[in-house]
Amino acid sequence: MNASRRNALKATGGASVLGLAAAAGLFVPGSAFAADWNKNAFEAKNLNDVVKALGGANATESKDITFVTAPDIAENGAVVPIAIQSKIAKTEAIAILVEKNPNALAASFEFPAGTEAFASTRVKMGQSSNVHALVKADGKYYYATKEVKVTLGGCGG
Amino acid sequence: MADPMKIRANAMGDKVIVKVLMSHEMETGQRKDSAGKTIPAWFIQQVSATHNGKTVLNAQWGPAVSKNPFLEFRFSGGKAGDKVQVTWTDNKGEKRTDEATVG
Repeated sequence: MNASRRNALKATGGASVLGLAAAAGLFVPGSAFAADWNKNAFEAKNLNDVVKALGGANATESKDITFVTAPDIAENGAVVPIAIQSKIAKTEAIAILVEKNPNALAASFEFPAGTEAFASTRVKMGQSSNVHALVKADGKYYYATKEVKVTLGGCGG
Repeated sequence: MADPMKIRANAMGDKVIVKVLMSHEMETGQRKDSAGKTIPAWFIQQVSATHNGKTVLNAQWGPAVSKNPFLEFRFSGGKAGDKVQVTWTDNKGEKRTDEATVG
């Protein structure tokens, strides 16, 4: 009881701080930050369309991209752990794509200098599918593919 | 407002490994409720992380990232005692920032 009341208080306090910051023009609501979200890329249906939506021409298959984590068989499609590492020089970004999901692109990560070309997260998979790791390095696109079988779908469940 | 994130940042030599667990519904917009109405999409779109104020990660997510998302990334040039801050913004414009100290 007390704990939840405390959280509620904390939450409202935090909100008003944000509100003040917004009023001060520090955070413009729905600012450039949110506008950066690449809608086209997230609505693309396959690897090639995603590459195009991100501004590339085509992607080359590469052996320097590793799936550090990616199950052969995922028991629960709602939570499929995927970790990707790129050994390609000047890797700027890594994206995770699930081919047979309604929209292929699941997540993309950009790495400023100093951050390792590594990303790990968990994604949903509607059915067994190829998972692509798309890497942007020095302006060019590379990809690697791994098949993940899903025994229980993660969408519409 | 959303629950706080759990952030763990550990230094290994020059490298810092950051693990983040966020609390978010991550509704895809594909599911229907019992009345057959589509449940509107609600998911984290942007995630960014800073180390002592310098950006170390920018991510864009779609609804296919799992509920209560997990994220791990690694950067160099950090040491114990440094601050790591993670911010997410969802498609409703809701925002949350949490901070952790590198251990």
